[in-house]
Amino acid sequence: MYEIRNLRLSFPDMAHKPLFGAPPQIEILKGLSFDIPKGVVLGIVGGSGSGKSTLGRAMLRLLEPSSGTIRFDGTDITHLSEPELRPLRRRFQMIFQDPMSSLNPRRQVHGLIAGPLRLHGMEDVTGRVSRALDMVGLPQNFATRYPHELSGGQRQRVGIARALALEPDFILADEIVSGLDVSSQAQVLNLLSQLVDELRMTLAFISHDLSVIRRLCTRVLVLHHGKIVEQAETAALFDAPAADYTRELLAAIPLPDPYQEWA
Amino acid sequence: MSGFLDIKGLTLRLRGGPTILRSVSLRVASGKVHGLVGESGAGKSTIGKAVLGTLPRAIEITGGEIWLDGVNLLALPPRERRRRIGATAALIPQDPLTALNPSKRIGPQITRRLIDILGWSKADANRRARDILDEVHIPDVARVMRSYPHELSGGMRQRVLIASAFAAEPKLIVADEPTTALDVTVQKQILRLINEMRARHGTALLFVTHDLGVVSKVCNSLSVLYAGKVVEEAQMHRFFTQPIHPYSRALLAATPTYLDPDGSLQPVPAEVIQEVETEVHQHAQRAGYDV
Amino acid sequence: MGARLWLSGTWLGLLALAALFAPWVAPHDPLAQDLFLGRLPPFWMDGAEPGYWLGTDSLGRDVLSRMIHGARIALMVALIAGTLTCLIGATLGVLAGFYRGWSDRIISRLVDIWMAFPPVLFAILLIAVLGPGLLSIILAIVIIDWTRFARVIRAETLSQGAMDYVASAQVAGRTRFSTMIAEILPNILPTVIALLTLEMGIAVIVEAILSFVNLSISTDSPTWGGMIAEGRTSVHQAWWVLVFPLFTLFLTVLSFSQLGEGLKDRFDPVLR
Repeated sequence: MYEIRNLRLSFPDMAHKPLFGAPPQIEILKGLSFDIPKGVVLGIVGGSGSGKSTLGRAMLRLLEPSSGTIRFDGTDITHLSEPELRPLRRRFQMIFQDPMSSLNPRRQVHGLIAGPLRLHGMEDVTGRVSRALDMVGLPQNFATRYPHELSGGQRQRVGIARALALEPDFILADEIVSGLDVSSQAQVLNLLSQLVDELRMTLAFISHDLSVIRRLCTRVLVLHHGKIVEQAETAALFDAPAADYTRELLAAIPLPDPYQEWA
Repeated sequence: MSGFLDIKGLTLRLRGGPTILRSVSLRVASGKVHGLVGESGAGKSTIGKAVLGTLPRAIEITGGEIWLDGVNLLALPPRERRRRIGATAALIPQDPLTALNPSKRIGPQITRRLIDILGWSKADANRRARDILDEVHIPDVARVMRSYPHELSGGMRQRVLIASAFAAEPKLIVADEPTTALDVTVQKQILRLINEMRARHGTALLFVTHDLGVVSKVCNSLSVLYAGKVVEEAQMHRFFTQPIHPYSRALLAATPTYLDPDGSLQPVPAEVIQEVETEVHQHAQRAGYDV
Repeated sequence: MGARLWLSGTWLGLLALAALFAPWVAPHDPLAQDLFLGRLPPFWMDGAEPGYWLGTDSLGRDVLSRMIHGARIALMVALIAGTLTCLIGATLGVLAGFYRGWSDRIISRLVDIWMAFPPVLFAILLIAVLGPGLLSIILAIVIIDWTRFARVIRAETLSQGAMDYVASAQVAGRTRFSTMIAEILPNILPTVIALLTLEMGIAVIVEAILSFVNLSISTDSPTWGGMIAEGRTSVHQAWWVLVFPLFTLFLTVLSFSQLGEGLKDRFDPVLR
């Protein structure tokens, strides 16, 4: 589905901009190469500043890479312009971290889900919206609610429904449970793993939480300071972490168990 | 046995609005760490604020007692209460970004409290600030004292805030989600540091968090809150081996761990929530206030 | 919450009606002089003349009638200058904030340079060049004040543009332009409205100041600023000539800003 080769991305560093001339560049992604085959659920894990969110946004071409290539289903999308990307956009979707800010506060749930469907000229918009609500386990009468009238978990379901309704080939989920309480987090995670099984989705799941990654993902990619330090099958990574940073990360997780050795 | 901090039947509500805390009781023994666990909106931060006397004006205390070091704070006149709290308690806040004044250097931010509230001399306060920053393992203390907050990393700022909380040798510290904004690797260092400082200074700690994993690493005992009510109070080991209240069990079952990839996560069942609500209502009727 | 919206709306509504139907509402010709009726006090004081409710000025002109006719100028300036300023400034602000890049660089530089001129001097200079008159005042306000909109709206657009719902629209396949119109614009509208009414209030003040220093339209047309200037010279003998227009001016400017705040809350989906 995705082939990514030697991906680099830099931002101008406005904090150190000289009075005249161009600001210096900070490299966020430092040459990443990996594949996401069809049907894989890839966990992307890393601390703050690891570049995991930037990577996600580059994959969906919300950001343009400085160099390297991103191939989506055989098409090189690295430097496609926005109009060239638009027909492809239906096929890769994203669920955002903060549903409060990613759902326009002035639209009702129905409009939020239907908007993208209309943009892509899909038929039977109403039917698709109601099926999407069904899939994420929201009652139909939620269609007329505004985002601020929903709980955090419900908002995140709307975010998922919105992405699913377009029947994309790939979904990127960026820290989608980190803002939720454990009980809604459990619901959203269960929902997601059920959908992954039913729809055989290809999914990239960005998170800082290895416990969550382990529940959901088949492969894991560990990012640290803009580089991939380890990529492996999930079970292998947790059984025998190869990179120092992965081991450090695992050892730092406080398990809810007072007997865990955590020196 | 009474604790160093002893909260009895504390009840709070929004002025003219709903009740936020419903007859909350808990105690923290001298030198011990008591965890306060619950999901957002359960009222756990509100308890910390009530102890430190920093409740927003919109919230009023409608009943209960807060005993700190043998004195009922709520029976004191406001001035006296503030003075007592200032002399015996301190806060480690959640967000190291907003808890420090961005336009002031680190040094004065630590010493100001010592000079203004405790009446120390400037030289003593400065010496104390240097010592305490050294204690929290900050390298190049002289430089950090002269730095502005934005020049330090998140973990470093949290160290400064811990130093600042311990600077006046309080007997009780309220830690309000002190590591929620940090990476796990930094969180581990910070939790260790808090443990180390607490043990050395013999400080009692009220530790507010939503993370059962964190609780199991730092606390001796804990209270589980739901909708403004303590549903279970327990010693640490007993809680994790034999949780009694259905809500506690549900909370544990909903927490994912990487050791148990296939065990299904159990969202908190509706029956449990119903059960707590019923308990709360019965309790409210006995105590004679509206919910 | 609705109180200030209704109070300010009612006052401005009454004012607008009075201005619109001034020739029929005003009891007297605002320009008619009668030296025998000079400095008549308002109706409740000794020596008042029936029909001259708020008294007369030193030339015997009816204060109430002059104020009603003055409202025409004040509201016309507020409406036209406010709207034009808003359209120009907000458009430039949205373009700079949404598209960033070179359009932002050009517009922001322009705003910086523009704002370096002292506004009052700038206005007086402009009127001196353009010559006095209603059109000149409106032009002066628009030319000076568009920067206020451009700057605030640019900042607001920047912060809205960083929100994930904009990224989410892009993921959904919206064009840049339609994202700006359909997603950003509704969310900055409350700010635009608050600024617009504030600007209308400012326009009323600027018009009054320019009239006060005699740079407004010809002395034939009564203006609040002109009345205040004339009233100032005889404040000890006839305070009412100064106080009534001053109070009206104050109430009107206050109403504009309160109307803006009220509307802003009304348009906020979360507060509503």
